[in-house]
Amino acid sequence: MKGKSLISINDYSKDEQLRILDIAKEFEKKPIQPLLKDYVVSTLFFEPSTRTRLSFESAVSRLGGKIIGFSDSSSTSVKKGESLKDTIITISNYSDLIVMRNPVEGSARFASEVSRVPVINAGDGANQHPTQTLLDMYTILQTQNTLENLHVAFVGDLKYGRTVHSLVIALCNFNCTFHFVSPVELKLPSAVKIHIKEKKLTYYQYTELNDVLPLVDILYMTRIQKERFSDPLEYERVKNLYNLNREMLNNTKENLKVLHPMPRVNEIDIDVDDSPKAHYFQQALNGVYVRQALITSILGLK
Amino acid sequence: MTKKELIVSALENGTVIDHIPSKNVFQVIKILHLETYENQILFGINLESKKMGNKGIIKVHNKFFQKEEINRIALVAPSATLIIIKNFQIIEKTQVQIPNHIEGIVKCFNPNCITNVEKVVTRFTLVQDEELKLRCHYCEKITVKNNMVFL
Repeated sequence: MKGKSLISINDYSKDEQLRILDIAKEFEKKPIQPLLKDYVVSTLFFEPSTRTRLSFESAVSRLGGKIIGFSDSSSTSVKKGESLKDTIITISNYSDLIVMRNPVEGSARFASEVSRVPVINAGDGANQHPTQTLLDMYTILQTQNTLENLHVAFVGDLKYGRTVHSLVIALCNFNCTFHFVSPVELKLPSAVKIHIKEKKLTYYQYTELNDVLPLVDILYMTRIQKERFSDPLEYERVKNLYNLNREMLNNTKENLKVLHPMPRVNEIDIDVDDSPKAHYFQQALNGVYVRQALITSILGLK
Repeated sequence: MTKKELIVSALENGTVIDHIPSKNVFQVIKILHLETYENQILFGINLESKKMGNKGIIKVHNKFFQKEEINRIALVAPSATLIIIKNFQIIEKTQVQIPNHIEGIVKCFNPNCITNVEKVVTRFTLVQDEELKLRCHYCEKITVKNNMVFL
């Protein structure tokens, strides 16, 4: 995968995805490996992000690489009206790899076409966030020892949640059965369902969280985002619909793990945190291993 | 019959693009850059048609299009027939086909797409479905027929 940008999860084949997860396992065992000693990685965050940026920067630091970049475009020449094209061409002269988050959809694909060095998409608006998908896959593999034939439930905002869309598309390669729990107005878009249908897999839709709890191996919770609603009353109506507490885990499979891309608000009670079935903090840690694996693999070091 | 064919006079050599929806004739001219073509071009709008009721037609003198070039018009004139004429004789008659990849021509429907924010040429792939749907190469959103705006 040397030199191959990662913009959309489907840019990498199933084998390539599994290869990244394999390398991530090596980093989980031995996180400090000074492979990036002579490398510079740019992290260009045109909109604020805590988790993703710090996770990338932690990954580069643990590999001994140098980081240049910005965490907010207001202090850059973008404010002076510089085009994304010019910014990317310039910065690709300064570094060996670009990690970019930008609120404009498709900006990452475009950046990868004008950049002289590979680009990793760290989120382009509501479109793609492939490193989140890889770390979600890694976490599922870690907890279930397989990605094949699982029953996976997605809960909350399935309409706008890009992490859900990408993970569903990725899991279509692994013969999974999908259980979608959401308010009617936040159902999974048909553009994503097309992928499930193409692979002739099965999905079920629910409005009640309790209906899926006994059935699944993975419970992927998401936050319902206030900013998605034009009508505040509508948000008030749905915001507390799906609230997972510890007691609800009693009637679930032994191997069930609860995941969440974070940040959470009130979808998971804090009393779930200590349950052996809670796995969302480990999931966030896995982000570092997966990003280490991806970076070293793209730079041809693994 | 003879009279009808002569409404727009016959070509000696060149291409006839027939069965264009009348309202899209100018769009077809634009897509094929015929406004800068230096040979003779004849076109008709709101002509009677057995097949369509009402149609447009363009006759381009001494011009033979490449497949990729002519298929670009399929988005605005999916019903179009191409007739290649040599020495007043019909040599070939074909239908246009919507190409799998489309560059330029159509605007992405997503206002937050990079192609609507910066100077980036739009690129789409055709989604295999009953109705016409294009997936943006950049933002990956789908533009359906009803939302299509031509550049």
